Amino acid sequence: MRVKVISRSTDEFTRDRSQDLQKVFRNYDPGLRSQEKAVEYTRALNAAKLEKIFAKPFIGAMDGHIDAVSCMAKNPNHLKAIFSGSMDGDIRLWDIAARKTVCQFPGHQGAVRGLTTSTEGDLLVSCGVDCTVRLWKVPMLKMVDTSDHIGDTSQPSAVYTWKHAFWGADHQWDGNLFATVGAQVDIWDPNRSEPVNSFEWGKDTVLSVRFDPGDCNILITSASDRSLTLYDLRMSSPARKLIMKTRCNSVCWNPREPMNFTAANEDTNCYSFDARRLDEAKIVHKGHVSAVMDIDYSPTGREFVTGSYDRTVRIFNYLGDHSREIYHTKRMQRVFCVKYTYDGTYLVSGSDDTNLRLWKSKASEQLGVLLPRERKKQEYLDAVKERYKHLPEVKRIVRHRHLPKPIYKAANMRRTMIEAENRKEERRRKHSAPGSMPVQPFRKRRIIKEVE
Amino acid sequence: MAPARVNADKDAEDELEMKVEKYSRGKGADLKALRDKKLKGQLAVKEKLYGQSAKAAAKAEQWLMPTEEGFLEPDEDLEKTYRVQQELILKEVDLLSSRKPFDMILPVLGPYTIEYTSNGRYMLVGGRKGHLAMMDMLNMDLIKEFQVRETVRDVAFLHNEQLYAVAQKKYPYIYNRHGTEIHCLKEHGKALKLQFLTKQFLLTSINSFGQLHYQDVSTGEMIANYRTGLGRTDVMRVNPYNAVIGLGHAGGKVTMWKPTSVKPLVTMLCHHGPVTAVAFDRSGHLMVTAGVDRKIKIWDLRKYEVVNSYPVRAQSLDFSQKGLLACSNGSLVEIYRDFGGHDYRLYMKHRMMKGYQVGKVLFRPYEDILGIGHSMGLSSILVPGSGEPNFDTFIENPMETTKQKREKEVHALLDKLPPDTIMLNPSLIATVRAPKKKEKKTKKEIEEEVEEAVDAAKNMERKKKTKGRSKPSKRAKKKEEDVFRAKRPFLEQSKEADGRPDKKQRIGEEGELPKALQRFAKKPQS
Repeated sequence: MRVKVISRSTDEFTRDRSQDLQKVFRNYDPGLRSQEKAVEYTRALNAAKLEKIFAKPFIGAMDGHIDAVSCMAKNPNHLKAIFSGSMDGDIRLWDIAARKTVCQFPGHQGAVRGLTTSTEGDLLVSCGVDCTVRLWKVPMLKMVDTSDHIGDTSQPSAVYTWKHAFWGADHQWDGNLFATVGAQVDIWDPNRSEPVNSFEWGKDTVLSVRFDPGDCNILITSASDRSLTLYDLRMSSPARKLIMKTRCNSVCWNPREPMNFTAANEDTNCYSFDARRLDEAKIVHKGHVSAVMDIDYSPTGREFVTGSYDRTVRIFNYLGDHSREIYHTKRMQRVFCVKYTYDGTYLVSGSDDTNLRLWKSKASEQLGVLLPRERKKQEYLDAVKERYKHLPEVKRIVRHRHLPKPIYKAANMRRTMIEAENRKEERRRKHSAPGSMPVQPFRKRRIIKEVE
Repeated sequence: MAPARVNADKDAEDELEMKVEKYSRGKGADLKALRDKKLKGQLAVKEKLYGQSAKAAAKAEQWLMPTEEGFLEPDEDLEKTYRVQQELILKEVDLLSSRKPFDMILPVLGPYTIEYTSNGRYMLVGGRKGHLAMMDMLNMDLIKEFQVRETVRDVAFLHNEQLYAVAQKKYPYIYNRHGTEIHCLKEHGKALKLQFLTKQFLLTSINSFGQLHYQDVSTGEMIANYRTGLGRTDVMRVNPYNAVIGLGHAGGKVTMWKPTSVKPLVTMLCHHGPVTAVAFDRSGHLMVTAGVDRKIKIWDLRKYEVVNSYPVRAQSLDFSQKGLLACSNGSLVEIYRDFGGHDYRLYMKHRMMKGYQVGKVLFRPYEDILGIGHSMGLSSILVPGSGEPNFDTFIENPMETTKQKREKEVHALLDKLPPDTIMLNPSLIATVRAPKKKEKKTKKEIEEEVEEAVDAAKNMERKKKTKGRSKPSKRAKKKEEDVFRAKRPFLEQSKEADGRPDKKQRIGEEGELPKALQRFAKKPQS
């Protein structure tokens, strides 16, 4: 007869000294875990609720400008530095961490419309409606700001006067040229007082410009003749042009997929395009209830932020057709410019009420250093939320956003209008000859034509 | 040499596959049926991950599980394990284990009932005449002993050993580990049996009027109160798999309850005559019932069918973690083991002193020990192979420290399940309801059927008849009639499918016609 029974000596299963870590034993047998699914579901539900409780995205406002903020630029050298230009000609350098002005750049006589920094981060280019382009040397930002004084002022290293008022500027990602737009597109070398190259296609004002992060010679502009135009610096004339039904206020390339760009349109939507196929939008990002004023991609390329005339800032997934997050405060007015910081954790928005506002990109994220255990727990909760996101209760909680009444009402009204329009279209189609009114996808509907 | 190695490799592979099956929690989704390519891709990635995690768990088994399972095996075939006495086992096992069994003779305040915490470390003892004691079974320490000086019918631990409930003469009470009375649960009335649903934090009681109470012990809220309507009973067990309460009644019925339904989920007629004991397997698929009709029946709870029935009388039953079945009858305790295919055969036998009446048998979790509460005190015996040898620190830890216990309590409260998660099949949570079968046929289907029927009617062979009845004109007429007869049922169907009656009828039925149109309306037939 052979006999054995379970025998555990306490010494083997407990720690020897109180300084030691507790001994941990795992048995992954599903039989030990009853009602697993119910437990997981409850955790997902609780995690969704907690996420809502901890959703406090607004970090602070940066006050200082005395007119509306019109444009912003990030500094690739300093994570916590951001430039902003305002309608009264004031340019400021902010320390995001301290939320203070570090330096001012006085000089512009009218509104500053374009701000951009060189890739090295030592040169700031500003341009405005006073027909001047000003180059500034960027001051060094101290790691820890000890003094309380509100920054010093700086003198421009060069002032170039040109023929027309400017509407935007952007610097090459790789190279030392920068582009300004206004009545035409001008390419500048910082050492020359006149543009090295100029492009023109039509007589309308060009509103914004962005260089392709993948190819330093390609840039895209949006103009008030409702067009998006692609330029190649190696050619003498613009390459391609797309005309839409409404104009685009801003465009931004996806930094991780540099053939794709997204345009912020006046008709409240954002349109993602593949630059090689302009005949239809890849995705239409809906959500805003008024014109979208500015757009900026996260450095990961997986998300982008938009600021709109409807007084909200929204975050979209790069593949999502509706916004993931809506940020608003009582005091924030029309948003004119937004930026995603280079670490992808913060957003900065500049609005009509002269303030810059700092937001978290994930509303309920805990800032600061996480312990490995905290991080793992967070990852686990995210995973169960993801797993049960389709269940009605979880979905309801995750989807819910509180909106200011005017925006909520405007959204409802827009929905009604769109439905009515669709209904009418449907009826027209029913009463016309079969095939005479083909169904056009929304991705193509707002596009008029593509010009080579 | 080489073939042997190949064989060994293959065996190892087979073994790993079997283990993977244990961890894989059912079959994966059938992706071939999916048409959505994107979803298919996403699900394929997920399924792959599940497979990998199951494999990792199976592979880690040998490293993570330090303790081996107990066993009792005969050397030769003729030797029977049930002839082995406790003395013999005690001689064979190690010193540590040999200290575990005991006999406590407490003749004055018995008979005794016992209860273990879910990690198997603490034991609670309740004497019928008011004796309560809590013991730490790891160190064999008496933590607290006191007398309530009234009848004690049942004892139950709450989520850990800090609190326990006792069903006393008039009401159940909650005490803490120091024996301080915390609550008196008057709403439960004269409770006969108590059970605690750990995941839901529900204390369940059945009282002498046959009323079932569910009370949330974390909020104090009375969740449910149902009249069973089947009389007084003190046979109650919770199914650990889905937290459904099973009740055995005097009429031979077993009913299963959840707190969110007034009527029992299941009513089974299990025995002729009263049911004396009910027990559930850890996997939740097996139930065993005993009745005064001298039968033990093993039921498959997926089919609600008897799998096996044995002519044995039993006062109390219990399943161990590894699936051994203990039953007591008078002073005899018998332990059965599944020899494959639910064929339970006698595995061990233990006879108490003559005249002792065993009231309750209970396996101690994570140990090879069976606790016995009887009329003259309590005992425990060694039953090799009954307990789960390896515990998981984060689920139940027999060696847990105070800090770990506190942390576990907090986590348990955070993960507290709402009462509506109790259902017969707990894996149904978060699944999609199967689409209903189509009842109405579509227009196209009806048309196809009509065509078929018409064709059949047209091609029907007709008898040749005499006396001018087979003239071509007559035959054509007959054919037409047949076709119409074949069509008629479908015409009605298609009308129903349209969802509105035909035009003529509509005009006649509608009473509120404009005056100008009323003259077209059908006159009601007098």
